Amino acid sequence: MRPPSCKHLLALFTVFALLLTACGSETEDESTATDGSAEPTDEAGSTDTEDSTDVDGAEEDVAAPATGDAVPVGVLHSLSGTMAISETAVRDSTLLAINEINENGGVLGMQIEPIVEDGASDWPTFAERAEKLITTDEAAVVFGGWTSASRKAMLPVFEGTGGLLFYPVQYEGLEQSPNIFYTGATTNQQIIPALDYMVEEGLTDVYLVGSDYVFPRTANKIIQAYADANGLNILGEDYLPLGDTNVATIVSNVVSSEADIVFNTLNGDSNVAFFKELTAKGNTSEQIQSMSVSVAEEEIAGIGIDNIEGHLVSWNYYQTTDLPRNDEFVEAFKAEYGEDRVTADPIEAGYNSVYIWAAAVEKAGTFEVEAVREAAVGLELDTPEGLLTVDDNQHVYKTNRIGVIRDVGVIEEVWNSGEPIEPDPCLANYEWAEGLAQGECG
Amino acid sequence: MTTDMALGRSYRPLQSPWLPRAFIAVFAALLWFWPAVVDDPTRLRQWAEYLCFAIVAIGIDVAWGYGGMLALGQGVFFGLGAYSIGMYLSLEQVPENAMPEFMTLYSNYTELPLLWRPFSSLWFAVGAAVVVPMLVAAALGWLVFNRRIRGPYFAILTQVTALVFWLFLVGQLELTAGTNGLTNFGTVFGRSRFDPNTVIWLYRLAAVALIVSLVLAYRLVNSRFGKLLVATRDGEDRVRFLGYNPAVPRTIAFTFAAGLAGVAGGISAPIIGIVAPDQFEILPSILMLAGVAVAGRGLLFPAVIGALFVNWSGTAISESRPDDWLYIQGGLFVLVMAVAPGGVVGIVRTMSSWATGRLADDRPTTRSGTTTPDAATTGATA
Repeated sequence: MRPPSCKHLLALFTVFALLLTACGSETEDESTATDGSAEPTDEAGSTDTEDSTDVDGAEEDVAAPATGDAVPVGVLHSLSGTMAISETAVRDSTLLAINEINENGGVLGMQIEPIVEDGASDWPTFAERAEKLITTDEAAVVFGGWTSASRKAMLPVFEGTGGLLFYPVQYEGLEQSPNIFYTGATTNQQIIPALDYMVEEGLTDVYLVGSDYVFPRTANKIIQAYADANGLNILGEDYLPLGDTNVATIVSNVVSSEADIVFNTLNGDSNVAFFKELTAKGNTSEQIQSMSVSVAEEEIAGIGIDNIEGHLVSWNYYQTTDLPRNDEFVEAFKAEYGEDRVTADPIEAGYNSVYIWAAAVEKAGTFEVEAVREAAVGLELDTPEGLLTVDDNQHVYKTNRIGVIRDVGVIEEVWNSGEPIEPDPCLANYEWAEGLAQGECG
Repeated sequence: MTTDMALGRSYRPLQSPWLPRAFIAVFAALLWFWPAVVDDPTRLRQWAEYLCFAIVAIGIDVAWGYGGMLALGQGVFFGLGAYSIGMYLSLEQVPENAMPEFMTLYSNYTELPLLWRPFSSLWFAVGAAVVVPMLVAAALGWLVFNRRIRGPYFAILTQVTALVFWLFLVGQLELTAGTNGLTNFGTVFGRSRFDPNTVIWLYRLAAVALIVSLVLAYRLVNSRFGKLLVATRDGEDRVRFLGYNPAVPRTIAFTFAAGLAGVAGGISAPIIGIVAPDQFEILPSILMLAGVAVAGRGLLFPAVIGALFVNWSGTAISESRPDDWLYIQGGLFVLVMAVAPGGVVGIVRTMSSWATGRLADDRPTTRSGTTTPDAATTGATA
């Protein structure tokens, strides 16, 4: 081997120069995070270096946020890794809400300064970044998380450091942390109404298919208990490892069971494979119906409309939800991020989270976590999904809506619960659920 | 891999035994005063985490740099250590003989399963964190090396081990909490996890473990055993003709690396505060290697610095550019490997051999200075 040429050495130095630049800007960004004047921006991470000129004033802002002109808040979603495809959209809607509030004068006369962090689809990273946002950046609140695992990882951090988290996704319930507001649905606002609907429609022979992790497992435990009490017939229960696409066996199990309906708690890529295989085996929604709780507007294009048209989903919000506040939201979202983008339930819940927090802060007159928590309870807000009330268990009242998938990005509502359902994460009001709720609920 | 032919050079151990000792002394002093420099519990916690990965890197350097075994599944051993301590910490949060929270929520167990019981003892958990990974590595290594599986085949095998381990953890939801992992450690060893003093205490624990690991590793590679290990790497057939079974040094080195990974994993559990399968899968396992590759292998100390640098820069880049940090980090890795396959150490060696006017393509030499012609063909097939 010849001695390396100068070119090689030059390239190496470039690498180190690049690294130094990256690290250098990091330090500046940290300062900007607490900086008073920075404009909130939709481009994550671009809390630009030019803002670092007035870094010196930043310290005071943090020490007494109510007297400065910007309050730091954290936005913590996976921007890389398997969950990025879902979570970046929630990040976008969160930033949209922050922008709107800032344009209308901010909260308590202060601009909201978002600090965007990447959870990287990795639960320890979520915990680490949450701690950094709360302690180092002194964020007044953090909006973030998607998977239950990421929430479970962040929970002890928020409880241990006294931070406040707004979690925007439907989840498996059985949890009630004083440091978390749950703005997505809990089981009695999504799964149980879906089961009620199935009973009503006479789709009583059910096959359970899910990804192998905590949400589907817990959901299916609840479904089993519901079935025993309400005359549903569970024909089988199958799990795929998260992200697995080996669906042939499961699909043939489903087909040979002659079920009316599949209750589908698969997540991510597995959905694509599952619906493709189901269709390939000659089953449309006419032959075997399905009820999905993790397929929203965004996922339809990936699965392919031909494979999933006519199938059912259960959420609390659709892009088509016919309310004036929703028209505004959809229009603003598309104007900001492009006409081809769609809104969906978690995206809307992420957007609502910011408004709930801002309203609570206004009511409390301070950014203190304890005061904001107390002020939030009982708040009523007009949101894209309708009137939203915050319950004292820090979940929100939500109207359930059953939808049929009609086209790419289009879900048509065919049934709704009529009025917002009281959140009951511990299923305390359901006799058949006795014994299910343990842990924090017990 | 052709690039590795050039790497033989960097395997030559340092000539002076005093240089590493001086390095370690300075490094230990630096580590001791580092908390005062960082002065932020959150940042210090991150540094404690980096130290854990540096411990893993020492093991990887022994196995890969000195033994020529590209171990791509160190996450398994790291994970075994982390789960041992994680199980202890989960049980610390609940009354004696009660089930950890996730088990009451997601499983059908009515009492604590047998596998979990001994982990209510701290000493058992600490012992298991070290011994279990070593036993697994010894068994795996002995089977594999005796069948003369090496090079890329060994690397693939370790990767598959990581995948199997991940599938097992995820599948045994009732026993391991599945993808959620073990979390919600409010207290660690009786201290509040978010008390700044606890963080400093955990940091010091990691720092001491790192220094001890470094000293042990230096002793190991500079012993007669170390020479045999390097000889096995560079000329396996010759070693065999001399009457040694190459499987023995390989297995020992691999087991040693696994033990270090287990220790690091165990210490990382209270620091990171969560033990989940995704931390021990293939990708994180490969990232554990990145520091060693960037810094250059076969000298131990650069591996430590490399691991610290790679982990720290990962945090720094992702915080400043949350949208595209992975591309930046990945691009840097590719660039370093393309320009300097021997890592930074490789560059330094090349430059120093220019300076002394020696030929850059001299054959790899052992410590006694004899050339080992087989290195290019058999040595670092990894």
